[in-house]
This record gives sequence, C-alpha cells and structure tokens, in this order.
Amino acid sequence: MAYGPHTPADRRRMLDALGMESVDELFADIPEPLRASPLKLDPPEPEQQLMARLSGLAARNRVELASFLGAGAYRHFSPPMVDQILLRGEWYTAYTPYQPEVSQGTLQSIYEYESLIAELVGLDVVSASHYDGAAATAEAALMTCRATGRGRVLVSRAVHPQYRAVLRTYVDGAGLDVDDIPIVAEGDLAGLTDLEALERLLADESQPTAGVILAQPSFYGLLEPMAEAGRLAHGAGALFVAVVEPVSLAVLAPPGAYGADIAAGEGQALGIPPQYGGPYLGILACTDPLVRQIPGRLVGMTTDVEGQRAYVMTLQAREQHIRREKAASNICTNQTLLALAASLWLAALGPHGLHDVAALGAARAAELEAALAEIGIARVHPGAYLNEFAIRVPNAADVHRELLNRGVLAGLIVAEAVPDEPSLADCLLVCATEVTTSEDIIRFARELAGVVASGAPSVSTPAPVGVTA
Amino acid sequence: MSASGPRLQPSLFELSRAGRHSDKVPHPPKAALDRIPADQRRERPPALPEVNEPDAVRHFVNLSQLNHAVDTGFYPLGSCTMKWNPKVNEWAARLPGFAQLHPMAPDDVAQGTLQLLWELEQILIEVSGMQAVTLQPAAGAHGELTGILMIRAYHEGRGDTGRTDVLVPDSAHGTNPATATMAGLRTISIKAAPDGGLDLDGFRAALGPTTAAVMVTNPSTLGLFESRIGELLEAVHEAGALAYMDGANLNAILGRFKPGEAGFDVMHINTHKTFSTPHGGGGPGAGPVAVNDKLLPFLPAPRVIREPDGHFRLERVGERPASIGRMRSFVGSTGVLVRAYAYLRTHGASGLAEITDDAVLAANYLKDRLADSGVFDIPFPGVCKHEFIASASSIKKKTGVRTLDIAKRLLDHGFHAPTVYFPLTVDEAMLIEPTETESVETLDAFADALIEIAREAESDPETVKTAPHTAPVKRLDEAGAARNPNLRWRPALGDWTPCPD
Amino acid sequence: MVPGDLRYTKDHEWLRVEGDTATIGVTDFAAGQLGDVVFVDLPAAGKSVEQFATFGVVESVKAVSDLYAPVSGEVVEVNGELGGNPELVNSDPFGAGWMIKVRLGDAGQVAELLDAAGYEKLTSEG
Repeated sequence: MAYGPHTPADRRRMLDALGMESVDELFADIPEPLRASPLKLDPPEPEQQLMARLSGLAARNRVELASFLGAGAYRHFSPPMVDQILLRGEWYTAYTPYQPEVSQGTLQSIYEYESLIAELVGLDVVSASHYDGAAATAEAALMTCRATGRGRVLVSRAVHPQYRAVLRTYVDGAGLDVDDIPIVAEGDLAGLTDLEALERLLADESQPTAGVILAQPSFYGLLEPMAEAGRLAHGAGALFVAVVEPVSLAVLAPPGAYGADIAAGEGQALGIPPQYGGPYLGILACTDPLVRQIPGRLVGMTTDVEGQRAYVMTLQAREQHIRREKAASNICTNQTLLALAASLWLAALGPHGLHDVAALGAARAAELEAALAEIGIARVHPGAYLNEFAIRVPNAADVHRELLNRGVLAGLIVAEAVPDEPSLADCLLVCATEVTTSEDIIRFARELAGVVASGAPSVSTPAPVGVTA
Repeated sequence: MSASGPRLQPSLFELSRAGRHSDKVPHPPKAALDRIPADQRRERPPALPEVNEPDAVRHFVNLSQLNHAVDTGFYPLGSCTMKWNPKVNEWAARLPGFAQLHPMAPDDVAQGTLQLLWELEQILIEVSGMQAVTLQPAAGAHGELTGILMIRAYHEGRGDTGRTDVLVPDSAHGTNPATATMAGLRTISIKAAPDGGLDLDGFRAALGPTTAAVMVTNPSTLGLFESRIGELLEAVHEAGALAYMDGANLNAILGRFKPGEAGFDVMHINTHKTFSTPHGGGGPGAGPVAVNDKLLPFLPAPRVIREPDGHFRLERVGERPASIGRMRSFVGSTGVLVRAYAYLRTHGASGLAEITDDAVLAANYLKDRLADSGVFDIPFPGVCKHEFIASASSIKKKTGVRTLDIAKRLLDHGFHAPTVYFPLTVDEAMLIEPTETESVETLDAFADALIEIAREAESDPETVKTAPHTAPVKRLDEAGAARNPNLRWRPALGDWTPCPD
Repeated sequence: MVPGDLRYTKDHEWLRVEGDTATIGVTDFAAGQLGDVVFVDLPAAGKSVEQFATFGVVESVKAVSDLYAPVSGEVVEVNGELGGNPELVNSDPFGAGWMIKVRLGDAGQVAELLDAAGYEKLTSEG
C-alpha cells in the first residue's frame, strides 16, 4: 500500500464488523455482466523508482534555452517565499471553504486576492478565479449576452488566437454568435484593431451586439485604442470587455480608467510557473452593476455572531449548486491556490517591485528591438508596444528551427498559431521580461544574423531531441 | 490549538506602510517607459500593500493556520474524495524541466512532458475502458461541458438535429443541469426510484427522439451503485441518445467497473478526487474526458500524437476539423496532470484496485457503526460504495438540532464536517466519504464524535445549536454578507513614495 | 398567519385587490422556507406580467426561487424599499415586504386563485 493505513488485521476487523468474509461481497451490487476486465497496467512503483522515472522525463524537456517566447505565458522572477508558502499543507490540501469557521485562511486570502486585482484593474468586483485567461474571456462574453439580452459578441483578431478559439466553443455552445473585428493591415495603425470595421459591425441593427472584446496589450504586443473602442461599444448599447495582462497594469491605464465594463485575463504572470500550460489563473472582474452576472465564487467580508471580522462565500444563489440549470455558469472547482500564488507574488514585490518588473521588461524589450534593428531585422508594426512585438524574418519557421539548434527559442512562429492572418506570415512574435538577460539578447541577435546571412537555412527537420524507444 | 495560532489576521492592506518593501528585482533605467504614450499610461499607481518579506510571510503563515486541511485532520466531505495528497507529487510538479516549460514551446523542446501526457492518456483509457482521452479540461464541470458539446457535435454530424434534451436524475450535482444549459440544451430532471436508484420507467418515459444525452453519476450521489445501469444504457442507445457518466465517484469502482466496457459513451475524471491532486482550497483540478470511438473525432484540439517513430507532437491548428475546438488555452493543466501521473504510477494495477477496496470497506464500516448507534437515520441501509448518507431527520424532530448544527459541532471535535444538505433529495442529509487513507482508529473516533453530538443534542441542544465554540470564528452573518456585499478592501489613497533609484 | 382578505397561488404568492390594482408579494410560509432573503429581482414599472408565468426572482443565502404572477397585468409600481432592505420579505411579508402592484388585465383571473382557507390547507399538507 502506498499511502493507506490498513494492515491485514485492520481489514479483517472491519470485515468482521460487517459480517463479511471478503471485500468482494461489498461489490456484489455490480451486476455480473458489467464487472470490469482486469486492469492492464504496470505494477506499483516505489517512490525511489518513481522519482528516477520523473526526473528522466523532466530532463527530456529543454528549458535551458535563451527564450524570447511569450504569446500569452510569461517568465518572471518569483521570490522563493512564494513557493515556500504555497507548499504549506494548510493551503494546498484544504478544499473549497464550505465550513467558513475552519476556512478563514482560504477565505481571507481570496478576499485579499479580489482586493489586489480590483486595485490593478480598477473594477470593484473580482471573481475568486476561473480556469485560465481564455475561459475567463469566454465567460466574459457570455456575461455581456446575459446582461444585455443580446446574442452576438465581437472579438478583435488581435486577441490571443487560442482565446478566440475557446470563445467560439463557448459561444457556439450557448447558441450565440461571435464575429471577428479585423486588424488594420498596413499604415500607421497596422496591427491594431480596425475601429472603422468595428463601427460598421456595431451599426448592423439586424444583429445587435452584446459585447466588444479587445486585448491590451494585444496578442501582437501592441497598445490598442481601448478608450475609443469602449466609446464605440457603449454608443451601440454594448458592453466593453478588456482582455488584460496583469503585470502590464502596473504601468498601463487600467480597464476601469478607460470605461471597460469587464476585464478578463491570464494571471499566470503573477508568480505562476509556465508548466506547459497550467494550472493557470483566469482573472475575471466587472463593475458593480454587473455583480449578479459574474460567474464563479465571490468571497465577502462580514462578521461572526460576536462581531468579529470574518469572511464568507457570498452571493451563492448565482451558482450551479443552488441555481442548477439557471446558473450563471457550471463552474465549481476554480483556481484558488493560483489566486493565492498571485497574492503572494504581489505581496512579495509590492507596488514598487511590480512597477519595476513591468518597466524592466519594457527596457529589455527595447534593448531587444535595438539589437535586432542593428542586424537589419525591424519590427513589423509601427505602434507603441510594452514588452512584446512581431518581427518579419524570411522563412520564419525554418529560421526558428535552426535557432533552436543553436540554443535560442526565437519566440513564436506566428503562422503556426494564426494560420489565417496572411499579412503576418513569415513573422516571429518575440518578447522580453525582467528575467531576459543582455547576454541572451546579444546571443539571439548574433545567431539570427548568422542564420539569415547563411542564406536559406536548412529546411530539413532536425532529429527529434531526447527521443528514445 | 498551537501556541502560535490560530489568530485572526488584519488584512494585508492594513499591514501596509508607505515605503516599506524588500528588494526583489533590479531597478529599471529611468527612461524605460518614456516610449509609452502618455494617454496609455497609468495615472496613479495601484494602491497595493507595501510590506517587507517577514511581515508578508507571517501574514500568510498565520492565515494558513486558520484552515482545516487534509494535512491537519480528517476531512470526510462527501463527493469530494479528500484523500491523502502525496508529497512526492509536489516534488514532481516542481522539477524545473516540467515547471519551467513554456506552453507554446515547439514539440521538440517538450518531448518529456508530451510523453508523460501521452502515457497518462493510456492509463486513463485503461481505467475507464474507453478508446481515447483528452487531458484539456481544467475541472470536472469543464469536462462535463466538453463531453456534452461532443455529444451535440456527434448528433449534428449525423444530421440528427432535433436532440435538445439532457436527462438528469434529481440527485445529480448542480453542475450537470448547469452544463446542459451552457451547451444550449434543456435539462429534464428525473425523480429517483424509492430505493434511491435510477427510475428506469421515468427515464424510459422521457427518452425519445429529442433526447441528446443522459447524464448519470455512478455510483450515485447517494453512494449507491446503480444496479439498473445496464438496462438504462440499453434504453438510451435504443433511443439514439448517448450516455454521459459523471466520474466524480470513480474512487469507488477502480478495477471493479469500467464505464466504457459497460456501455457509457463518455465520462470525465476528477484528478483532484480520485487521483490525489490537491484541492488547493477550491482548485486547481483537472477533468480529463474519456470517450469511445463514437465521440473520438470530436475531441477538443490539440490532442497529443505519438508518431510511429516514437516522437510526440501536438496537433496543428485546424488539423482535425471535426473537433469541437478548444476548451481552454494551451494543452491543459499539465502541472496537475504530472501529479496524477505520479500517483497512477505509484499505484499501478494492484494499487488502484486496493484503493477502491479500502475506500468502500471504510465507508461501509463507518456506515454500520452509525447505523448500530441507532441515533442517526441511514436512509439506504444496504451496502454502499465509497460514501453514504446519514440523516439527522429524527434528531431534528426530537431535539430541534439540525444537520447544520451537528456539522458545526464536529468542528469542535477537530473534524471537518461532511457534505451537508446534499443531495437535495434527502431531508437533513449528511454525505460522508472517509476515503481509503484514514485509519480505523480515525473512523472510530469520528463515529464516536457523531454519536456523542447526537446525545448532546438531547441533553444540551443549545451547545450544539451555537457551535462551533473552539473554531477561530463563530457562526457568520451570511445574510448580511449577501445583502450588502463587501467584496474588496478599499485602501486609503496613501502616499506613493517614488522608487529610490 | 394567513390573512383572510387575500388570494393565493400554489407557488406561495399572495394578491391583494384594491379597485383595478392588485398588490403582489410572497407569503410568510414562502419567506420561512427560503430563509433570510438577500435579494429580490423585480420587473420595472411599465412591463407586463402573465398569469402563472415568472415575473422575478427572490434569493436567500442558500436558495433561490422564481416568482409567479397570480394574475396578468401591467406593472404600475415596484417596491423600491426591497432594493436596500430585502429582509422586509421576512419581517413583514404581507405588508412592507410587498413586491409589485399591477393593473389588472382580467379581473376574472382572481377567481382562479386560492382563498385563505384553501391556501392554509395547501401549506398544512406540506
């Protein structure tokens, strides 16, 4: 037995108490024809052997590369105190605070998370967490439909392509419509959401719009005209949803300042390791009037019968366990531990540290831009950016692969993530954060110059790394 | 209570003092943000708390001590499977090779994780008796939505467009009907038979050409194996509908019942219940979904593919047009899945069978101890699976003490309460799930505590009705919290001290 | 407990007719079943309601219930007090806890409702 306590004598004692010979009698209620075939799995593995296996698998991943990859997940410095606190069993082995009297730690931590994010986004209501930025964005879209009684949302093509895909799954599922807002192909506004197109889409009275969704910064790293997009949305009676990157909110205008009704986004950057996609932290926030439309748990401050300050899950009548088929969403399990990670990270850094993280990332990105410009590789878009931008490289996919052989992860091959954006074929999306080093930037520029100078790079696929039978 | 706590804590914001901090990152150059247009800049910095590391650490350590957790005591929360969370799992997920891998990294860079995910899929296929698994869903309810959307796509793919109903027993988790709504379908609730099991006649009467799916939790939320499930599955398929199994209670049937073999078309698995990934105070979880060949083409994208040469890769965007699309960003909650993989490897075939045997044995032992006491009602006295229902209905009639009061009084005994008032179909319900990792001594102590509280309800009902008495706080004003919601701290607009650099 | 001068629905709403206007609320029994009421969602004045169709929602801490209109008609007044003091539904369900007033569309519908004795019988049967 790996973790169980029962000795043969314990089992015998329990069976005797039940008046049974064998544990098989407890499964006599499974009809004979439905009983399982034997499990065909490997034998149990002792911990020492298991750890060797896992170390071997982890070692097959290449995480030592000079990485310029962002595209929705960002590497940041995480003070050791964050993970040390997360490893306390009182946090990670508790469950949903159904008994508030013995869950005040979790409840207060969620309330503090709600408060911290409310400060960052400038909106008063923050859900206790959603699965990830994409799911939060999809829930935001459904919120706009419930709140307005309309059935169509508009989403910018400069929103993360995977968020748009998830949005489509959710919106289709609910029997609603989603239409894309194109991006401007060329000129000073290239890469930004096309506001003239948005205006035309909003003017279609046969399909009234519930919500308009833009990301700030956009998937391509650009700073979008959020205030103007919000005005257009509101002018048409629609709600405005901002998809945000929380670290950037240390220095960029928050959604509450430019009139967004809902903010959604990925909280991974707040101290959560990339870990190949999750668990992450879906941020969802809204204005006070929308509080009954927001899905997911909410924790509020209250008092106990003796008047002591205390915290409790509240407004639960929105949720599935009470409202069942009429619930705002089916969400139940959320990402509480990741919300705690975000709170810990923000507490460790404080407002100055957060500002420095954002500003240092911007500085590193400028350094990257300059280093690439020096070898003749320029940004694709003229607009302002914070710490991520697209570059045009001939044969981007092949160059990317060749750089990988040289120890550089040259960002994202845009055409692979967004095959339906021909104006950005042959582009790489690169990013820098405060953990990007000058050495890595110099190395990237040097290797890229080398690959480009050597003409058409090798188009043969390199041998797969680390694969054995 | 330990000498250091539990103590209520001021809010993190109240600890804040202007200018207090611990240096963590280098200062940026002064001009770093000059290139950002003024109208895009934040006018006023966010009023986040300014604390130093010792203050922050003490705050969160002291807060943690206000929690009950599996690491601190018995947690018999029915339908949640609060089993031991192995420590090696936490070690595994933190290996830099797993933790630092970027989700958009090229396949060549991610072979270790891709192999792990692929192997995990194979193990879950074997456990479920299905044909394929997606690891993408982030939680059980997310898995439900994935499954029901696939069922919808299946019917639509056959041109069978009139199927709008999902049949759900009235004892189901609230997520089932809420999922049907999110998938654009209508829920039809079917009352249970008098023995608590599925009412075949009720289902047969509701099944028809408009039925898209039947969602069944097996064992049910009453802790009972649905012995009529074979007949129901036949009737479902005869009506042209598909059968979804809510796998919340998989801990009761490992190695004993494979839903795919029995005829279910799709199920979700809660790794945070059956496969020991920690509940994290409410999440994260993971909700892999297993399907048979009917639904395989519709699985969310991307899937993990193993090439004939042993190389692993993710499906490319648009590679499988029949897919229902994406359910979330990236490939899934990989950090959770690493933990589940470690657990499954630790146990292997014999260990998984033992988990179920011990979980069911413990539940029946505890149920019989409470039944023998004669003070609690046991509405379904036969053999249960991994959990069972006790009810305080008689106690309430006799003493006025309700299930809620008993739950609160258990906290004074150092136990977490069971799930209460669920399922909604049983009066004054307590759903008790001991799991396989609690010793017989703990089970006895818990039974003794419940029996003692029942006696106390007669001798001193006030003490029970006002419990808990030793928890960090007393009962809360939940009505006040909902009538005038206070959902965030409002920091005073303090002095912003510019960064010294 | 059950005022004699009112009419009732099986879903525990009451109706008080004064001229061509009817006041609607939920009964003491319903308020007790729900527990502490925390929120009442009501239609705006000017909207019309249909007999036995839902016109709003009442929420307590741990439950939620649809409100069904005893009669059809146009909403002429909404109890704004319930916005800030939803607990009035518990403390004074037949008085200050009223919900909406409607202009009766069809006075004949009133006869379809339970009288006090009928409603009392319904609730005592559980």
